[in-house]
Amino acid sequence: MATPTKSSTDEFIKGLWRENPVFVQVLGMCPVLAVSNTALNALAMGLATAFVLIMSNIVVSSLRSFIPKQVRIATYILIIATFVTVVDYVIQAVSLDLYKALGAFISLIVVNCLILGRAEAFASKNTVGRSIMDGLGMGIGFAFALFCLGAVREILGNGTLFDVQLFHDSFQNWVVMILPSGGFFTLAAWLLLFNWLEQRKERKAKTATLALSGEVAQ
Amino acid sequence: MTNESLWSIFINASLVNNFVLAYFLGICPFLGVSAKLETATRMGGAVTFVMLVSSICAFGIQLLLVAIDAPYLKLISFIAVIASTVQLVEMFIKKVSPALFRTLGIFLPLITTNCAILGLALFQTNKGYSFVQCIVYALGAGAGFTLALVLMAGLREKLELAEVPDVTKGTAMAVMLAGLLSVTFMGFGGLGG
Repeated sequence: MATPTKSSTDEFIKGLWRENPVFVQVLGMCPVLAVSNTALNALAMGLATAFVLIMSNIVVSSLRSFIPKQVRIATYILIIATFVTVVDYVIQAVSLDLYKALGAFISLIVVNCLILGRAEAFASKNTVGRSIMDGLGMGIGFAFALFCLGAVREILGNGTLFDVQLFHDSFQNWVVMILPSGGFFTLAAWLLLFNWLEQRKERKAKTATLALSGEVAQ
Repeated sequence: MTNESLWSIFINASLVNNFVLAYFLGICPFLGVSAKLETATRMGGAVTFVMLVSSICAFGIQLLLVAIDAPYLKLISFIAVIASTVQLVEMFIKKVSPALFRTLGIFLPLITTNCAILGLALFQTNKGYSFVQCIVYALGAGAGFTLALVLMAGLREKLELAEVPDVTKGTAMAVMLAGLLSVTFMGFGGLGG
């Protein structure tokens, strides 16, 4: 949770890595797994979510003193749903192919727990400026995570990245990576990596303090 | 309107295109509530129930929206109406059957904004199902969700006793299990058609 002493740059940075919505908080899993079968889809989905997140953060935080406590969740959902409808129609107008590839999952941004979570946990308690930074950080972190998944799945499952052939023709595609189960496996692999990094950091910190206390004892 | 038979709709929604393992809808409760078998069963029941209610709501809303020619209100009205109907039903159950409320009650507010619920409403509209088809679709999706949740809970209960490396503890392991389950469910691919 944000403390008033934190700078707004901190609010931005934390979403990218330390509190990354996907890899650390494990929020908003449905679109993460469903549309990450190619890097392009994943990136588009990530950016759409980021846009909704930033806009809803702005509106929620600027209205935070007007929204009655009892109906706040319903209000947030309506605000989010409005922006999702906007995104839905914009994507449909800009690229019909993309719209077809993402399908119902654009509408399902509404129920992405990440967005509601940020509205409730952050935007409803902080100023507009900080909420924008938070939304930017979390949104970009989310898009980045989606891209990581999508890129791995596309490279292994299709041998391409952004439709550019990466391997020699003899490369055997790992079809499973494109299929739903591949999404789970890739996500699990990324989570393992993050767990491992986290544990290594903890171990280092522990040995550092041990060494320090050892020196003090001597 | 499609001519799909009711049986094939049911099999499709529950096994072939399982909401959790093929469409990735409702992953949050799937990972969150699947640690114990009993809770998982109850959660499944609650989700099936909400799916049924919201499916009926969505069918009505769609008729209304087509009538007044305002498709852009679809998303907002789906969410608002489903959320409030579930709230109403929750109060009703609390009054009529406290026992049932204790079994399902805690989960109801949680799952109202679950993507599986909204996803179901959107899919049935996109597919243009008739009223009866919608109900069967909701039941199938609910059954599929419950099945996935219960299988997962069973696996996780067994896993409690197993010795796993430290790194894989927690969500990572659950996601890997889900991947394996998903592979298994691909075996149903030929059914239903």
